Amino acid sequence: MVKKRGITFWLSVAWIALVMTCAVGAGFLPLPAPDQIDWACLATSPDGVHLLGTDNVGRDIAARLFFGARVSLTVGVIAPCIGLVFGSLLGVAAGFYRGWPERVIVGAIDVFLAVPRLVFLLVAMFVFGSGLPAITLALGLLCVPSFARMARANTIRFAGREFVLAARATGADDVAIVLREILPNALMPMVAYALLVMGYVIVAEGGLGFLGLSVPAPAPSWGGMIAEGREVLERAPHVSMIPAAAMFLTVLSVNLIGDGLRGWMDDRESQL
Amino acid sequence: MTVSDTHLLTVENLSVTIPSSAGAVRAVDRVSLALERGRTLALVGESGSGKSMFCRAVMGLLPRSAVVPGAARVTFDGRDLGGLPRRELAAIRGREIGVVLQDPLSSLNPVIPVGRQIAEPMRYHLGLSSARARERAVELLAAVGIPQPEERLGAYPHQLSGGMRQRVAIAMALACEPKLLIADEPTTALDVTVQAEILNLLGRLQRERNMAMVLVTHDLGVVAGRAHETAVMYAGRIVEKAPTVELFTRMRMHYTRALFDAIPRIDDPPHRELGAIGGQPPGPAAQRVGCPFAPRCWRAEERCRTEEPPLARDAGENHSYACWFPLSQEERP
Repeated sequence: MVKKRGITFWLSVAWIALVMTCAVGAGFLPLPAPDQIDWACLATSPDGVHLLGTDNVGRDIAARLFFGARVSLTVGVIAPCIGLVFGSLLGVAAGFYRGWPERVIVGAIDVFLAVPRLVFLLVAMFVFGSGLPAITLALGLLCVPSFARMARANTIRFAGREFVLAARATGADDVAIVLREILPNALMPMVAYALLVMGYVIVAEGGLGFLGLSVPAPAPSWGGMIAEGREVLERAPHVSMIPAAAMFLTVLSVNLIGDGLRGWMDDRESQL
Repeated sequence: MTVSDTHLLTVENLSVTIPSSAGAVRAVDRVSLALERGRTLALVGESGSGKSMFCRAVMGLLPRSAVVPGAARVTFDGRDLGGLPRRELAAIRGREIGVVLQDPLSSLNPVIPVGRQIAEPMRYHLGLSSARARERAVELLAAVGIPQPEERLGAYPHQLSGGMRQRVAIAMALACEPKLLIADEPTTALDVTVQAEILNLLGRLQRERNMAMVLVTHDLGVVAGRAHETAVMYAGRIVEKAPTVELFTRMRMHYTRALFDAIPRIDDPPHRELGAIGGQPPGPAAQRVGCPFAPRCWRAEERCRTEEPPLARDAGENHSYACWFPLSQEERP
């Protein structure tokens, strides 16, 4: 019954595992500190001393890449979770109770979606400051509306099903019905969607970093590294390309894993 | 009508209207009936005759938009269900009234193992521990005839066959030993061979547990020998009601006769056309004048189209019907 998931799925899983290991183990690996400057090597290519070379001010790219992975992964994991939790709450409330709660929530979502995302992020950075928690929170809030819409649609879809009526007929109250009948059914597609959002958020954080709005320098982030490499792009393209490749592969992997899981769930659904 | 203590469920003058864009739909129309403990009442009628709406009204599970006019009174075990607060009503549902719905595939939650679905009502109605509820779930699965009940506890609905799923749904309905079981077309979605098994199972469990049962069906053939009393519904109304044997031997309504003729018989020649009833039941939104069955009735006369026949019974008999020109002796099957 378990379908073969193919080599790409497992390669993606392997890559994400590698990135996570590097992010977690960044402090224990025999690497120079990410902000330690080696004046002898400015923008050098990968060699025996600096595994992935150095950037334009002589900092070790491998070290910065590994520490930068912490930023990308933290944002990539926590922001979709914020969206999932708050979006589900709002969406389920709207889809289950209908009536005026739904009108208020859907209206608020529509208003929020009409605000340009970059403008929202800029304002949020201005208000919350530009630390990692602030970025995570801002990107998390940005994810709430799409999760809320999805949760609402799924809730409406399942609330009309007969097993919900059957549960009511056994005397279950609203809370029990939402927790036991609707959420287990509605949550599965939303978790797969969360992986898709994870890729989006990692890219968005990279964009903020590129604009200098992510974690403040000299702390490394992938987007910031790409931006720093711009100045030496002709002489030493690896300074930008290595973090860009890392981000590309990470986002691709996350999306492929999401696809794999969705396919697996569709299989399950078709058996019902 | 006097209500004696033996009656578990009495319904008086229950109507349900549902507002729609085409005007108010009268899904259930002035239905009154009574059911004694341990006995079975069959509700028979074609699709859209209001059988399921009636059941949902009794349980207080009507769609939000439905309106029940004030004259209705539903009494269950001495309590007026209409006057109970939501919380108490929820405590009766599942605890004292069990329900089996038509399609066992859609009436079970697809992502929760069946064992948990059976155990859940026992945990919140009876306050059983999860271990005890599990034990009871095994007993129940065994009681509804599922082999290797312990291994089935972890099964998901899609891993079971249709008949098995309906057995699980019955086990769920019986979990808290209800006094009344409402079976809303429990065999419609099943194979004919499985139908008989499920109906026999329901009958056996009912006798063992002294439950009352409302058996809803569109198949008059299902009713014979299983229900003490049978009520025939048409367009939201009860049009004929009698003890089942009496109904079969001395039916008075043309509609009942038509339903009777629609039962296929084993001694029919092959490929005989089934006795279908021509026409459609009236759209429930139609402003009705006269007998609702008149447009399809072969005996309808002028009076049927202008004046609605009341549900009444002949003196000294326990057989009510709503017809101006009831079937005569010769016209009965």
